[in-house]
Amino acid sequence: MFGDYSIGDLGAIFAMQGFAGLILFSVYVLMALGLAIIFGQMGVINMAHGEFMILGAYVTWMTSNAFQHFLPSLFPGYFFVAMIFAFIASGSLGMLVEWAMIRRLYKRPLDTLLATWGLSLILQQAYRSVFGAREVGVELPDWMMGSWQATDAIQIPINGMFVMCLTILITIVVAYVLFLSRWGKQVRAVVQNRVMAGTVGINTEKVDRYTFGLGCGIAGVAGSAFTMIGSTGPTAGQLYIVDTFLVVVFGGAASLLGTIASAFTISQAQSTMEFFLSGSMAKVLTLLAIVAILMMRPQGLFALKVRK
Amino acid sequence: MSDETEKGLKSPLRRQLLMGMAAIPALAMMPRPSFGAGPATSAVNTTGLAVTDSEVTVGILHSVTGTMAISETGSVQAEKLAIEQINASGGVLGRKIKYIQEDGASDWPTFAEKAKKLLVNDKCAAVMGCWTSASRKAVLPVFEQYNGMLYYPTFYEGLEQSKNVIYTGQEATQQIIAGLDWVNKTKGAKTFYLLGSDYIWPRTSNKIARKHIEGHLQGAKVVGEEYFPLGHTQFNSVINKIKLTKPDVIYAIIVGGSNVAFYKQLKAAGIDMSKQTLLTISVTEDEIDGIGGENIAGAYACMKYFQSLDNANNKAFVSEFKKMWGEKTVIGDVTQAAYLGPWLWKLTVEKAGSFDVDKIAAASPGIEFKGAPEGYVRIHENHHLWSKTRVGRAKADGQYELIYETADLVEPDPFPKGYQ
Repeated sequence: MFGDYSIGDLGAIFAMQGFAGLILFSVYVLMALGLAIIFGQMGVINMAHGEFMILGAYVTWMTSNAFQHFLPSLFPGYFFVAMIFAFIASGSLGMLVEWAMIRRLYKRPLDTLLATWGLSLILQQAYRSVFGAREVGVELPDWMMGSWQATDAIQIPINGMFVMCLTILITIVVAYVLFLSRWGKQVRAVVQNRVMAGTVGINTEKVDRYTFGLGCGIAGVAGSAFTMIGSTGPTAGQLYIVDTFLVVVFGGAASLLGTIASAFTISQAQSTMEFFLSGSMAKVLTLLAIVAILMMRPQGLFALKVRK
Repeated sequence: MSDETEKGLKSPLRRQLLMGMAAIPALAMMPRPSFGAGPATSAVNTTGLAVTDSEVTVGILHSVTGTMAISETGSVQAEKLAIEQINASGGVLGRKIKYIQEDGASDWPTFAEKAKKLLVNDKCAAVMGCWTSASRKAVLPVFEQYNGMLYYPTFYEGLEQSKNVIYTGQEATQQIIAGLDWVNKTKGAKTFYLLGSDYIWPRTSNKIARKHIEGHLQGAKVVGEEYFPLGHTQFNSVINKIKLTKPDVIYAIIVGGSNVAFYKQLKAAGIDMSKQTLLTISVTEDEIDGIGGENIAGAYACMKYFQSLDNANNKAFVSEFKKMWGEKTVIGDVTQAAYLGPWLWKLTVEKAGSFDVDKIAAASPGIEFKGAPEGYVRIHENHHLWSKTRVGRAKADGQYELIYETADLVEPDPFPKGYQ
């Protein structure tokens, strides 16, 4: 398996696969962060997470069209505006859904699975009716295409690096919001003991709504970023949902650090194996390994120590 | 469009419905043919199909929901267009075609169940439908048991033949061999990297491609072969491998949404298709819509039809299609093959002088359709079509430019010797 490559080649292979793995890692973290907040902190199983991502992708597509029509000179920078719109759109829809549906189900977490699954079907059909069944292509500004030539053999795609930077930025913001801000403390208080948190004067309903909105908003930004690498169609969200849950569950549902560690483990395993085996085989082996590890550690890689 | 067929139009797409309705005034101005002047029903329908003195019913069976809706929408549109046109020109044996549309919902058992409904309850004289091989395999026993007639539009892996099916797309050898020969001859290609989605059609096609490369092209070899799960979106690893092995040709049979990721990542990785030859048999104009023309410009596709084909039949077809379904629609290879279905059926019925399925199956070989947008086609004894193989080069505007076509029609060979 290594025989066909020279030492120099192998060096380049591991460097490039390492970067491929890092890009995959960023994608996983972006997908899973929103879900980790909603599932990990609130205990809501959000099957419509993929559809919130796709909403972000469609918003990006619309923004790109609008810029081409009305502001062609600003087109190279439209992406940053699109991400803000994607966050606002998915976040607002998330808050609306929380108000209309989720808040009635906090005492029945398993029912959220069914309700949000229904929601995902409704959203898919809505996208199909509004945007059509065909996939739409999001046009990217030129500076995002192409790659940076590190050495002769090593090239790093620019959009991959962009996704990485975006992931780091969002992770820092989320960590700050959840662990250092006043609001983050309220969120964690509500998660640990809703009644007590309410008694000390925290508006638990408001905290719930904004937390859910934040999770969905991040999904929207992820969807916006994925227009650079993936496809945007009514059912494309379904492609992400299994991987997303995998990352969150493997990491230990309630732990942000776990989500990041799990995304890193899965992506590097996948990327390295992909090179020496086939794409399908790498996926199968990764899944088997995850199943085996989860059998030994059902609570995931990182579990919060809580008193039961 | 007549009032009755309009009622039967169960399109899930609001956009399409609106466009369909927008087309009514134009169509209403056409002279209405009178129906009911054909031969007596008892003479042309001896097996109890849904045929009256003035009407004959056919079925349309595609996915309009679920993951395949993206691909099958074009087929449905083309079949409805063909039926409209046949009706406008006097129908079949003096009878107007009415259609019943069912949704296979991208789910193979549903396809089988709906096929049975169309044949047993609705007594459809013929059914236009299916897209994936899995859906075709699911309905095949139903069509054989209840003796129905299916017109199947997709290019596919071959290894199948049935008296109850007319295959209007190309089977594997018609699409693969001519394309490989072309790239070998004109580009001097010796090394090939085979890629595909992980299911039967890409795997069988690549198997045939590998046999042809290794057995029939002088000094050529396959330097890599790889498959990805459906919906895969991370191709960085394989792109790295392609960069290291530097194949003359990337031979790609990736399907559906994965294509978007694949071509965007190829471009981002600096693979320039003016220097690197890429040959695909799975990206039609439909997929380019999602990929974005600028990401695939320069790649070659081997199929039998491109929207840009320059002939009178095709110009009329494209303009009628856009008039019915909107200016922005694009027409891919399978959409054209779907359009052939109702026309081939009409011509066969008229040759047989009967709607009976057995007579149609027997009369099919030799039927020729001179008005085909792809130019001309003829049905072979094995129920596949004689058709040309063409190579097109993708342009940034999402269209293919015709680069090469076989001089003659290529004989369909669903069971190729030495390639299995």
